[in-house]
Amino acid sequence: MSRVFPFFVEAAFVTLELTVLALVLGLVAAAPAATARMSRSAILRTIGTVYVSLFRGTPCLIQLFVLYFGGPQIGINLDPFGAGVIGLGLNIGAYMAESIRGAVMAVDRGQTEAARTIGFSRFQTLRKVVLPQAARLMIRPLGVNTVALLKGSALVSTISVVELTYTAQRFIGSTYKPFEIFGVAALLYMIMVYAVARIVDLLDKRFAII
Amino acid sequence: MQGLDFSVVVPYWDLLLTGAWWTAVLTVSAGALSFVFGILFAVIVLYAPAIIAYPVRAFMWVFMGTPLLLQLFLIYFGLVQIGIDIPALVAGIVGLGFHFAVYNADVIRAGIVAVDVGQTEGARSIGFGKWQALHYVVIPQAVRNTAPPIGSNLIALLKESSIVSVIGIAELVHSAQLAISETFRPFEFYITAAALYYILNLVLEAALHRFERHVEVSR
Repeated sequence: MSRVFPFFVEAAFVTLELTVLALVLGLVAAAPAATARMSRSAILRTIGTVYVSLFRGTPCLIQLFVLYFGGPQIGINLDPFGAGVIGLGLNIGAYMAESIRGAVMAVDRGQTEAARTIGFSRFQTLRKVVLPQAARLMIRPLGVNTVALLKGSALVSTISVVELTYTAQRFIGSTYKPFEIFGVAALLYMIMVYAVARIVDLLDKRFAII
Repeated sequence: MQGLDFSVVVPYWDLLLTGAWWTAVLTVSAGALSFVFGILFAVIVLYAPAIIAYPVRAFMWVFMGTPLLLQLFLIYFGLVQIGIDIPALVAGIVGLGFHFAVYNADVIRAGIVAVDVGQTEGARSIGFGKWQALHYVVIPQAVRNTAPPIGSNLIALLKESSIVSVIGIAELVHSAQLAISETFRPFEFYITAAALYYILNLVLEAALHRFERHVEVSR
C-alpha cells in the first residue's frame, strides 16, 4: 500500500486540477447563460434555456461520451483530459447558471424598483444594487455545485483520464485488493470534498449580511 | 471525418428502447429503495440510541463525500473480495439506492425537525404512543413538505443511473455502447441515447409535478 500511495496523491492532484479548470469554464459559461435567461430579448432567453435544459436534462456521462467518442465524427479531436475539462465544465455550467439566476431572482424586487426610482439606469441597478446582494446568496448554491463537480469528476475515468478513480481501478487490476484500494481513493475524495465544503462555509459566514 | 447519418440508429431501435426500459426499471426500484431508507436513516439519526445513530451518521458522511462511481466499484468488486458475490443488477440498484437514500435522509431529517412541536404534543395528548405520533403524524407531514427536493433527487437518480453501465448492467448507455461496437457510430448513438434520457426526464418531471399538485390539494 505504501508503495502505491504516492501514485494516489499524484492522481488526487489531477482530480483537483480537473475540478478547478472545469469550475472556471463552468463559471465562464454560467454567467452569460444566466444573463441570457433573464434577458428581455426572446432570442437570448431561448438560447440560455436550451443550453440549461439540454445539459441538465441528460446525463453528464453521455455528454462526455458524445464529446470524446462522437467528437471526431464532427471534426472535434480532443485528448481525454481536454474532453474531460470541457465536458465537466459545460455540464456544471448549466447547473451554475441556475444557481446564479436563482440568487438574482431572490433579491427583493423592491430593491430594483427603489434604485430605478432614484434615477439609476438598468445597468447601474444591476451593478450597484442587485449583484452585490445576489453575490452573497450565490455562495452556498455555487459551493454545492462545486462539490458535485468534484465528485462527478470521477466520471472522466471512463474516457481514460488518469485521475483518482482511474488510478484506483488500475491498481485493483494489479493487486486484487479492491477494499483497500477503493478505501484509500475514497479517503482522498473525502478530504477534498470536506475541505471544499469547509471553504464554502467560511466564505458564507464571512459574507453573511447579519 | 465522416458524414453524420442518423439512419444507422433505426435497426438498433429495439435495443435502445429495451435499454431505456431498464433505465426506467433501475430508476423506479433504486428510487423506492432510496425513499424507504431515506426515511429510515433520518429517523435513526434523530431518535435512535447513539450506538446505532453514530454508525449511520458515519455511513452517510462517507457516502456524501465520495463519488457514486467509486461506491459502485466498491460494492460490486469489493464484496466479491470478502466472498459476497452479488449480481451486477443488484449491486447497481443497491449502490444507486443507498447513494440517494443518504441525500433523501438529509432532506427528510430537516423536514421532521421543521414539523411543529404542537403536532407531536397534540398526537401524544390524544393517546398516541411516541412511535405512533412519529409514524402517523410527523413523518407524513415531513415527507409531504419535502416532496420537491425528494423529487429533484429522483430526477438526479435517473441521470446518474447511466453510471451503472460501467459494471455491465444492460441499461440505455450499455445498449448504445453495444450498437456502437457493431457500427462504429458513437456520435449518432450517444445523441440518440441523450434524447431518450431527455424524454424520460420530461416524463418523470411531469409525473412529479402531478404528484406534488395532488398532495397540495389534499392538504
